[in-house]
Amino acid sequence: MSELKVTGVVQSRREFLRNFLRGVLLVGLAGMGARVMLGRRCQSAGDFDRQKLCKGCPDVAFCPSAVLSVGRKVWQLDPSKCTQCGRCATHCVLQSSAVKCVHRPAQCGYCRLCFGFFQPGATTLNSAAENQICPTGAIRRKFIEEPYYEYTIDESLCIGCGRCVKGCSAFGNGSLVLQVRHDRCVNCNECSIARDCPSDAFRQIPATTPYRLKAGTESSAS
Amino acid sequence: MMRTVALLFYLLMPVLTVLGENRFPQPQFESGYSMPAISVPAPRVASWELLDVLVLGGALSLAAWLILKKRSRRGVFLLTVFSLLYFGFWRKGCVCSIGGIQNVAAWLSGNEAVLPLSVAAFFILPLVFALFFGRVFCAAVCPLGAIQEMMILFPKRLPRPVSLALGMVPVVYLGLAVLLAATGSAFIICRHDPFVPIFRLGGELSVLLAGVFLLLVGIVVARPFCRFLCPYGVLLNWASRLSKWHATITPDECVKCRLCERACPFDAIRVPVASLVSESRGIGVRRMKWLLLLLVFLTGIGLWTGSRLEGVLAPINSKVKLDQVLRSNHPAVEKKYALELEAFRSGGRNPQVLRAEAEAVRRQFRVGGACLGGFLGFVFGMSMVGVSIRRSRDAYEPDRGECLSCARCFRSCPKEQKRLKP
Repeated sequence: MSELKVTGVVQSRREFLRNFLRGVLLVGLAGMGARVMLGRRCQSAGDFDRQKLCKGCPDVAFCPSAVLSVGRKVWQLDPSKCTQCGRCATHCVLQSSAVKCVHRPAQCGYCRLCFGFFQPGATTLNSAAENQICPTGAIRRKFIEEPYYEYTIDESLCIGCGRCVKGCSAFGNGSLVLQVRHDRCVNCNECSIARDCPSDAFRQIPATTPYRLKAGTESSAS
Repeated sequence: MMRTVALLFYLLMPVLTVLGENRFPQPQFESGYSMPAISVPAPRVASWELLDVLVLGGALSLAAWLILKKRSRRGVFLLTVFSLLYFGFWRKGCVCSIGGIQNVAAWLSGNEAVLPLSVAAFFILPLVFALFFGRVFCAAVCPLGAIQEMMILFPKRLPRPVSLALGMVPVVYLGLAVLLAATGSAFIICRHDPFVPIFRLGGELSVLLAGVFLLLVGIVVARPFCRFLCPYGVLLNWASRLSKWHATITPDECVKCRLCERACPFDAIRVPVASLVSESRGIGVRRMKWLLLLLVFLTGIGLWTGSRLEGVLAPINSKVKLDQVLRSNHPAVEKKYALELEAFRSGGRNPQVLRAEAEAVRRQFRVGGACLGGFLGFVFGMSMVGVSIRRSRDAYEPDRGECLSCARCFRSCPKEQKRLKP
């Protein structure tokens, strides 16, 4: 009889400890959840406004239209830091990198001799493969009017090596930049290109403004 | 002319890359040409992430119901297949609860300002469920567990000392991952996630091979990643020990028929131990005294060793590494890190500033390393105390920590058979 009583006491003591610890951990996890919820910042209210989502809530914690999108981030690279090392082409987890070259026509000089298009040693200025700097021939060149040529990028061919970007920023207007394309990017928890980027150009930026394409504003955005 | 231009190109390239904006004026078109717009494909919409969290919560609730109420192995297996397809092959294994540890560590240490809500949910929900129902996340929701679950064909038992020793590996992995994430150095769990390359059908070859190797080992040693590597499993193990309603082998009272003894491929069933302990109280107390002394000693050793790991661990941080490379003045090293050095110099950053930043990171590693070592020493000591304590048990029970709640053992119990066919 006494033995039974002793085991009973031990059991309940263990049970009490278990309940107590469980309670503490639950409170801790709930506190963490609450802090995450309350600590969010609406990074771009203006952008929400444009999408007609923002109803002007007093507190971001209770934003009904963007429960998860507030504080949501995506990977992007800062063209002003990029040194076109070529790792974007090789270090992405995807077979064909999510980083592609993006052409900004508003910055383009529409040059006849384009250093983003032609190999430095090119003998003639035509689009023969040996004259092109792009290893996959992803840049298309089209005559517009004398002396202007339009350049467009075939993203299905672009591998994101950045050779054209290097040529264009060295001698041209810098209208070609590398960007993470979000239709391809799977948004890894740790971007494997970012990890090995020598110039530390990758950052997680708000998903509401996922590109850095405006000239001159790239560095201020970081 | 082209050759001169080419020569100029090579000579001026490093100088000009830094400059390079609007050398040529905007053309004035006369042919009515209008500029094409830049296409900016939007990222995956946020509602998909909300769906992920809802699916996670739903799958966890369903798993808990199937295991504890329905006691259905078939249901658990079907849910496992669903999780493998949804979280694995559809969502490509990212973001997952295991990797979420690092985001939480980085957020708590202040290295990352924002913790995305979906990541927080993925980290918190399985733990909360484990505190109530045991490791139902491992049973049927985790895609990494699910892919290994498909491979359990001829499970063999490991000797207890071996599985105990291997069981310490996840604790080391957890500690290292937290330290490296908290110092903003690396996310090693994501980098070495062995099954994500299989989900994505691509990735680093060495990691892919490790995944295939683990799957092959998994044919005989059931779910090797979950038991001997998974850092989140450590947290779930601890939480599950406190669980309020853990799965039991028998739906009724255990008759000690020994039929379930071999039913568990994970070696998580504990056999009954006689309640009458043959040794005297004095011996037990003396042993406990020595064990507690050992616990203190191991923690101390851990603290001392951990604080000395800075030299090995700190260079994983890119700032510390770059500072080392800058100071080395060794041609071979400089060649290996040529791209990093070029980027550093063309970026016009100050080596003194970098030195200060690297020193701050090193300091974090000294303190963090000591914490890591102390933590590991304490956990090792506690596991030794755990093995040495003799606790009376009068029924066949799952080990609350190690049991993955897979529901395999239910069927082996005659009382369960009776429950199903009365």
